[in-house]
This record gives sequence, structure tokens and C-alpha cells, in this order.
Amino acid sequence: MFENYSDSQVYLAIVLAPLIGSIFAGIFNAYISKAVAHTVTIAGVGISFILALFVFEYHAFNDAQIYNETVYTWLVSDGIRFEVGFLVDNLTSMMLVVVSFVSLMVHLYTIGYMQEDPGYKRFFSYISLFTFSMYMLVMSNNFLQLFFGWEAVGLVSYLLIGFYYKKESAIFANMKAFLVNRVGDFGFILGIAGVLMVFNTLDYADVFSAAAAHADQTIELIPGKEWSMMTVICILLFIGAMGKSAQVPLHVWLPDSMEGPTPISALIHAATMVTAGIFMVTRMSPLFELSETALSFILVIGAITALFMGFLGIIQNDIKRVVAYSTLSQLGYMTVALGASAYSAAVFHLMTHAFFKALLFLAAGSVIIGMHHVQDIRQMGGLKKYMPITYWTSLIGTLALIGFPGFSGFYSKDSIIEAVHASSIAGSDFAYYSVLIGVFITALYSLRLFFIVFHGEERMDHHTKEHLKESPWVVWLPLVLLAIPSVIIGGMTISSVLYGDYFNNVVYVQQAHDVLGHLKEDYHGPFSMILHGISSAPFLLMAAGIVVAWFLYMKNPELPAKIKNIFSPIYYVLDSKYGFDAFNEKVIAAGTRGIGNLLSKFGDILIIDGIIVNGSAKSVAWFSGLIRNIQTGYLYHYAFAMILGLIGLLYITVY
Amino acid sequence: METFVFYLFSAFMVMSALMVITVHNPVRAAFFLVLTFFSSAAVWLLLEAEFLAVILIIVYVGAVMVLFLFVVMMLDINIAELKRGFVKNLPLAVIVAIAMFTMIYFVVSGEHFSVEHFAPPARHTADYSNISELGQVLYTEYVFAFEIAAVILLVGIVAAISLTLRRRPNTRHQKIEDQVAVKSEDRLRVVKVEPRQRKYEVGK
Amino acid sequence: MLTLSHFLILGGIIFSISLAGVFINRKNIIILLMCVELMLLAVNTNFIAFSYFLGDSAGQVFVFFILTVAAAEAAIGLAILVVLFRNKRTINVEDLDTLKG
Repeated sequence: MFENYSDSQVYLAIVLAPLIGSIFAGIFNAYISKAVAHTVTIAGVGISFILALFVFEYHAFNDAQIYNETVYTWLVSDGIRFEVGFLVDNLTSMMLVVVSFVSLMVHLYTIGYMQEDPGYKRFFSYISLFTFSMYMLVMSNNFLQLFFGWEAVGLVSYLLIGFYYKKESAIFANMKAFLVNRVGDFGFILGIAGVLMVFNTLDYADVFSAAAAHADQTIELIPGKEWSMMTVICILLFIGAMGKSAQVPLHVWLPDSMEGPTPISALIHAATMVTAGIFMVTRMSPLFELSETALSFILVIGAITALFMGFLGIIQNDIKRVVAYSTLSQLGYMTVALGASAYSAAVFHLMTHAFFKALLFLAAGSVIIGMHHVQDIRQMGGLKKYMPITYWTSLIGTLALIGFPGFSGFYSKDSIIEAVHASSIAGSDFAYYSVLIGVFITALYSLRLFFIVFHGEERMDHHTKEHLKESPWVVWLPLVLLAIPSVIIGGMTISSVLYGDYFNNVVYVQQAHDVLGHLKEDYHGPFSMILHGISSAPFLLMAAGIVVAWFLYMKNPELPAKIKNIFSPIYYVLDSKYGFDAFNEKVIAAGTRGIGNLLSKFGDILIIDGIIVNGSAKSVAWFSGLIRNIQTGYLYHYAFAMILGLIGLLYITVY
Repeated sequence: METFVFYLFSAFMVMSALMVITVHNPVRAAFFLVLTFFSSAAVWLLLEAEFLAVILIIVYVGAVMVLFLFVVMMLDINIAELKRGFVKNLPLAVIVAIAMFTMIYFVVSGEHFSVEHFAPPARHTADYSNISELGQVLYTEYVFAFEIAAVILLVGIVAAISLTLRRRPNTRHQKIEDQVAVKSEDRLRVVKVEPRQRKYEVGK
Repeated sequence: MLTLSHFLILGGIIFSISLAGVFINRKNIIILLMCVELMLLAVNTNFIAFSYFLGDSAGQVFVFFILTVAAAEAAIGLAILVVLFRNKRTINVEDLDTLKG
């Protein structure tokens, strides 16, 4: 790509630049100033961003060969190679640009957001480390490195949710995130083990090329009942994705992860890490295509997430939590696309979502700065005149999120809806209606948030109001930079990414599942899509959502409280988040504790401690108490015993 | 002739061994032990182990037994006290010894060790050297064991000294390391003395 | 005519006598040490007898090492004895029962 450097050197530079920045800022934490810390880390991420742009250009426009090389062999065991290697194709290069761009924006934004925070340098070290981990994840060419990146982003996520480690709720939240992800990762590693068992290799290329040959293999998990091996592997891998990408029922950690600083919510819990599951399934498309059962499973899970998590967004009052539930819902959309075999659409939505969701989170952060770290939207209102830049960028982000025609979210979300409509696998009808209703819900809660925060009466206290002003430039500049792709990236790229040949060599779709190929026949460019979109059902639903939100929160602000009273049972269900947390706490956590107590009392204290350990010790003490009488302490008694033994031995020898 | 010599010295050996275990005075016991070693050395000579016979006398009689005597004489031992219970233990001792000997006798006097199996080898000529033969084996095949034996002896020396060496707090002894490390300033102090003017009064 | 059995029986007699000595003099630790020396002498005699009758000098090498170790053992044993006497003012075995369980 560059004449004097080999490709692998460039890829290594991309990966290592943020790592070096992170290690530097982390190790020399106590010895460097804040300026040095952010300069070093931003330089690292900046370098990788520029290189990522070159890589993208090289792959997307110059038709470069897919790069698939091993950089380092960690170990070879029984013929299975454990390696660090890079697979760079169109998917990877796109992910690289998205990750590095959002990461760079968040780095810049953090300078303003974390200015007063004592953990400033630590924070920069963490987010650079996160960037490195995410690169490792997306550039991996084998399952082992994928798992490394997977766990590394999980670790950094854990560290950052608990960034305010003196705050109790933050510690609970990061513990929750970690534990829930453990459940997912357990499935994930079982899936990887299944891959290893079937294919005897962890290399993507080898696995994918051999996948079709193993399509009919079965496994007996319970004696007498056979499952398709591919279905088992795919569902296990998807359970990993459910944990990381917060799909029902493993979604419970994501809303709580908002305890972390806002830049992190934007980078990790909206734009990049949570989409790792989507990326992974897309990468594994040759495997998932072989199992229709797994695809249906994905489709249904995604649809449930997209619809029901959206409902929760309507009643939340914490500005970040509203955005968090919308993230859950959008992740559900992507998962639905995966289930409908529209992998390109999922990744396309992943990309547009990364931009506008990061934008929304950073805008929310900007509001939080302006409000002096008040996050309750009931104390906001009428911020438009105080924070114009934040207002306009938020508007762009919101319109993109609800899929207003012309904005990037429109292209990706409409494509997903159309793709699901065209799909014919089991559960696609349910999924179609879910995502359709989801459009209405999305518009409703997004505009609700927008209206309450930026319009209406000013509900903040007098003191806050005095200091209310636009955030500094390091905060609003990333907003503006993110607003640009939020508007244009969808229209610019849809022709090639979704209906072109961008993912030709990356994503593998079976002929029977090829919904996008089906849609392609009706596609005549982005503008005709807008024209077509205005008359379609999603647009009407979205418009309805906007109008309802306007009516409820602008026109008649008293009405929502009345509705709440009338439908209090429903409100109660929503307010308790369908009882997932209560279920986890009362059934799973309490059950685990109960089993633990039982095992502790009977297994550990009674059997192991009481009988095996102390019991044997006691029996030894009893027995030795018995035979200690033999130990007189007199030398000649011992000598006598020896001689008796000697005589006995001789006796045996003689006779 | 050889048979006579063997029986003579064997008799000496057995008798003196018996005396070792029966006499009351440890000093006498030590002397009888010396006699046992001497007669045993003579028996060993019959077996053409000249070097070991000599070593036995030099090392055991010359060194170890002398050590025993030293210790016996250094310690203030109440012999009468130590000999109590002699008669009481005698029957048991005799029974055990006879049982032991019976066993051994059954083992060694049987047909396995008779002349047919172990014919006496021809005697070596006068110029045969037991020492050089032993040395040949010792310094080639057993050289590592030999080195280990040297280390064991060294350890024995160090252990014996360190066990018995006693530092009394009020005894005077040299501290050699202090003497070596001493500097001239520690020993010699140069004092500048101001000359004092004695005032003489003229005319007194 | 001397056979191997002669020497082995001599060794056996000396061993049995020293064994009896251990029982008779069970209070005097010095005599106990002497009895141990006697036992070693008996064993050495056996070794040398076998060495002679088998025509193999390895037996004599063994005796050589046994003598070496026995000398070291005697030295250390007596040193321990001296220390013991210094601390307890006795070498009466019946007073030494700290090993009692």
C-alpha cells in the first residue's frame, strides 16, 4: 500500500499505535501532565485513524487483494496453530475507519468532558487500550484472537463502567456488566470449542472453506437426541454476541453501564464494542448460513430486543438511559438483519448507527456538562437558546436515529425493514411487524427526549440557569464532525455497500436467503429510495411517532401523567423493565446463592471440611493418641523394635 | 596353620567383644574394644585385606578409640548408676542374641556358602600388592564416591567442632577480623597541645 | 580348611554379641556407641570375606567407605554426646526421654 512498507507493517502500526499511547499514559500516569497524556494517546489514535483511511481507500477503491497473513505464532499444539494474524478485507477496513474515527472524536471530546476529573490520565489510557482491543477484534483472522479482542474490550468496558470506583452504583454496574458478559462469553467459548472440534483449526479461512463439507454433521448433546452441529455452534457463538451486543435476555447490563462517563457510553456502549456481536456474526456468515434454525433464533431474539427495549425508552427520565435503550433497540434492528441474512444491511446500519449514536451520546454529554452533571430530563427544558450547537447536532442525530428520509439512518433502517419483509425464514413475519412498530416507538421516545430537553418551559433551578452556556470547542467540534457523516454517509455509500459489490468477497449468503439480492431489483439509487420511502409504511409510522410526541410533550405536557395513571399496570411493567432485573436478582442470583449455600453447608463444611479434612485429621489424632503409648522416648525401646524387625526379616529370608 | 590362626584370633575377638559389653568401666570397655579390633585385623589379614587391616588399626585404634577414651575421661560419669539393671536385662539380651545368631547361622551355614559354591581362591604370591589393587579401583571406578567420602569427613570435622565449640561470654579471645580491619586513627590520636606561656614575674 | 562360612559365622557371633550389648548396657550411651562400632566391624568382616572368596575387590572398597563414614559418625556422635552432657549433666539413656509422644 505504501511503497516502502509492507502491508503487515502498516496493519501492525494501526494496532500498536493506540496500545503504545495507552501503555505510556498508563505507566507514566504519575509522572506526566494531563496535556502529555492526551497528546500521546490522541497522537496514537490519530495515526491509526489516518492509516485506517489509507487502508480503507486501498481496499474500497483500489480493489486490493484480501490480506490474510499470520504475524506471530503463539504456539502449536497437536497440529493446531494458535496465532496472531490479520485479515483485512472490505468489512475490516470499514470497521477500522468507524472505530478509529469515533474513537478519535471521543478522545477529543474527553479533553473537554473530563477536564476536572482526577482520573483524567487513567481515562485516556483506558480508551486507547479499548481502541487497541477493538482493532484486535476486527482485524483478527482466527477465532483465538477474536476471543482475545472480545475479552479485552469486555475488560476495558468493565474498567470504564466502574471508572468512578468510589461510587457504589458504578461498582455494581460494572460487576453486573462483567457477570452478564461472562454468561455470553461462556457460550461464545463453547462455540469456539465446537469449531475447534469440528474443523480442527481456528483459522477463519480454513474453517469457512471447510464449512459446507461439515454442514450435515450432527452431535448428541443428550444421548438419543441429535442436533445439527452447525446449529449448535452458531447458536453458541450467537449467545456470545447476545452478551456483547446486549440482546434479550442478556441486555440487562447495558442500561446500567451508563454509570460510566459519557464519552465511554458513546464509544463503547453505543458505537463500537456493543456492535462486536454484529460484526462477529457477519464475519461468520459462512457458518450461520448453514443453519436456518440459528438464523430464526437470531431473528426472533433481535425482533424482541428491537421492539420491547424501545418501549422502555419511552418512560425513562435519565437522559443517558433513554439513549441507552434506543441503542438496545437499534442493536435489535441489526440482529434482525443478521437473522434475515441481510448481513450487509446489518453492517451498514452498524456504521450509520455508530456515527449518529455516538453523536447523540456526546450531545447528551454536552447537555450534562451544561447542566452541571444533572441527568434527569425533568429538570431540563428550553435548552435550545442556551446551547445552539448542541441543539442542532442533536436534531441531526435524532432525525438520523428515527430514520427521517435523507438522513443516513433512513437508508440503513429502511433497508433492514425491507429485507425482513422479503425474508421467508421462520419468524420473519413477527420480526417484520416488530421492527415496523419499532419505528413508531423510536420516533416517539427520541422526539420525547428532544422536546423535553431542548423545548418547553425551563425547569432547571436558578443557579444552574445562570451558568448555562454552550460547551467549549473541544466538546462541540466532535459533535459537528460526527453530525456530518450522520447526515451524508448513508446516501453516499448505500449504492455500493448494500446493493453494490462491496461485500462480495466477505459476506456469504445462500441463494435461498438472499433478500438483498431480491431488493436490488427495485433499487434505483438513493434519491428514488427517498421518494419511495415517503409513501411507505415506516415513514407514516415515524411521522405518527413525531406527531404523538409533539402532541404529548409540547402541546399538552399534562397529558402523559394522565395516561400514566390510566395505564398504570402497563407503566408498572415498563418501569420494572419487564422484571428482568428482578428475575435475575430473585431467581438467578438468589438461586445461585442458595445452591452455593447448600453446597457450602453440605458439600464444603460437612463433607469436605467435616469428614474429609477435619475427619481424617481427627482420625489421625485419635489413632496417634492410641499409638503414642508405644513411643516411650527411650532409645533402647527403639533399638529393640529395630532388632525385632530385623529378626522378623531374617526369619522370612530363612524360611 | 591358617585354621589355627583363625581360631586363635576369633577366640580373642569373641572373648574381648564379650568383655566390651560386660565390663562396668567404660575405659576398660574401650580397651577391650581395641583388642577386638586388633584381633579382627589379624583375621582380615587372613583374607588378604592387608590395607584395610592396617587402616583399621590406624584409624580405629589410633584415632576413634582414643577419642572414645578422651570423651569417657572428660565426662564425669557415675558408673554405678549406669550399671544398674544389668542383671535384669541380661536374660532378654541373651534371648535376643541367641535368636539373632540362630537366624544368621541358618542363613550362612547352609549349603549356599559351602566349599562347593565358594572355593577358597589360590593365595597370591609375595609380590602382590593389595594396596595398589585397591587404589586402582578406588581412583577409577569409585572416584566420585571417594570424593564424597572426603566431603563427608570434612562435614564430620566441621560438625564436631561447631557442636562442641563453646563461647563463654567472659573469656578473652582474639577477634581477628577486627584486628585486620583496624585503622591507624583507631589506635593513635594526635592531640594538638597549645603551648602555654608561663608568666614569670621579674624580680620574684 | 577355612571356608566362607567360618568367617560369616564369626561375623554373626560378633553381631549377636553387640546386639546383646545394646540390651545389657541400655543406660550407658558410650557403650552403646561402642556396640554400634562392633556391629560395623562384624559387617565389615562379612564384606571382606565375600570379597576374598569372590575375588572381587569391590567388597574391600565398600569396607573402606564404611570405615570412613563410621569414623565421621563416631566423631559427630561423640560431639553430640559432649554437648548432651554439657546441657543435661548426664548420659543416662533413661533420663533422655524427650522423644516421648
